[in-house]
Amino acid sequence: MSAPHFVVHNDTDTVGVVVVEDVKTGIDLTGWKMESDDTITVKALNDIPLGHKIALANFKDGDAVLKYGHDIGKIVQDVAIGGHVHTHNLKTKKW
Amino acid sequence: MLPKNFMGYRRENGRVGIRNHVIILPLDDLSNAACEKVEHNVKGTLALPHHYGRLQFGEDLNLHFRTLIGTGANPNVAGVIVIGIEPGWTGRVVDGIAKTGKRVEGFALERNGEIKTVANACRVAQEMLQDASENQREKCDISELWVSVKCGESDTTSGIGSNPTVGNFIDKMDPIGITSCFGETSEITGAELICKERGATPEASEKFYATWTDYNDMIERHKTDDLSESQPTKGNIEGGLTTIEEKAFGNLEKIGKKTNYIDVLKPAEEPAKGAGLYFMDTSSAAAECVTLQAAAGFVVHLFPTGQGNVIGNPIEPVIKLTANPRTAREMAEHVDLDVSGILRREMNYDEAGDRLIDIAMRTCNGRMTCAEALGHREFVMTKLYQSA
Repeated sequence: MSAPHFVVHNDTDTVGVVVVEDVKTGIDLTGWKMESDDTITVKALNDIPLGHKIALANFKDGDAVLKYGHDIGKIVQDVAIGGHVHTHNLKTKKW
Repeated sequence: MLPKNFMGYRRENGRVGIRNHVIILPLDDLSNAACEKVEHNVKGTLALPHHYGRLQFGEDLNLHFRTLIGTGANPNVAGVIVIGIEPGWTGRVVDGIAKTGKRVEGFALERNGEIKTVANACRVAQEMLQDASENQREKCDISELWVSVKCGESDTTSGIGSNPTVGNFIDKMDPIGITSCFGETSEITGAELICKERGATPEASEKFYATWTDYNDMIERHKTDDLSESQPTKGNIEGGLTTIEEKAFGNLEKIGKKTNYIDVLKPAEEPAKGAGLYFMDTSSAAAECVTLQAAAGFVVHLFPTGQGNVIGNPIEPVIKLTANPRTAREMAEHVDLDVSGILRREMNYDEAGDRLIDIAMRTCNGRMTCAEALGHREFVMTKLYQSA
């Protein structure tokens, strides 16, 4: 396949990482699951900058987010599949 | 094909360096000016100015001496001039470095003044430099190579691209006998239990966990918020990293999938259990961490970056790699290895790891890094608490 728009580190991860510079709202995105070498598609709900995360699950307030197969923090504002996940809706459980 | 040898400088104590520096080392902040004057007069010597050395005490003072002595003792250094305000502590640094058998001489400013001290130090520095210039590289076994790793200005491309590339390097090079080191205690927060499991022995695991707990307690004592914009940094957040947990799991990718650490080192402590991977208790700030690793005797550093940290070190060459295509394009003069192909599915971790081994071996054999060519010499002492 051609270069992906986003990559997913572990198959169990509930977010992917955008690896191109031009993800705009409404675009159909192709994702690469690195662990199983599978391809998935998701429609972007927001403009998402290079390196930022895209939701692969419909998150509710309080949900855990999984990346690298592990818990990386808690959702503080609902996000739907294809939404931008960052400091506005995801917080640390530490400190 | 894994490397078997590299061309290094064998020192008096048997250790092998990949550079041949003559350094002018200040004991304290007051002696920076004299050291820089010597560097100016004797071309090719390297002054290492820093901010500390006065009224420190206890473990903080021990760390100050350990860092200075370790820097002078590093096998990338052929000879050392130490300049201090007074002869007592200056002599303590000289004596510590002299145990390696290398040439080291100390000079004190009190009762001499700076002009005379600089003149005296210049004469010795010139002789050391000319003598060192005759040192020849020789063929050394790969097991004599000491490699440190630490990432900086990370973003999400670090955890999925450049850090696993370093991890692939470690997984390939650890079995052939290199000595390696990772650190960044606060940056394991969130992944501390996973890191604990990576100890080669229960003792190593417990030592790591106690070290991490102490550091975390310190953060809890002093914090005024959730450390957002400090850890993760503002640059990390700009690059897409959201929480310390996310940063920590990405950070741990640097030690590969199967290599376990055999011991836990204090800051700037020299490894004493032979070849293998070590964890060192360090700050996660780039220059502080690399300065401590260099002081422990590591001779080449692998530095993955996402947003583009530009750090170097005066005595330990810092090799930078990035998987961020924008950083590779916009900051090319700082990037020794571009592995952004991983994120385009053009390159896998195995291929990226091989390319890192290639550039690391070329660097060990004498190739200058981007940071060396650009003159990056960040030397930053770690301070544990206030001075008396």
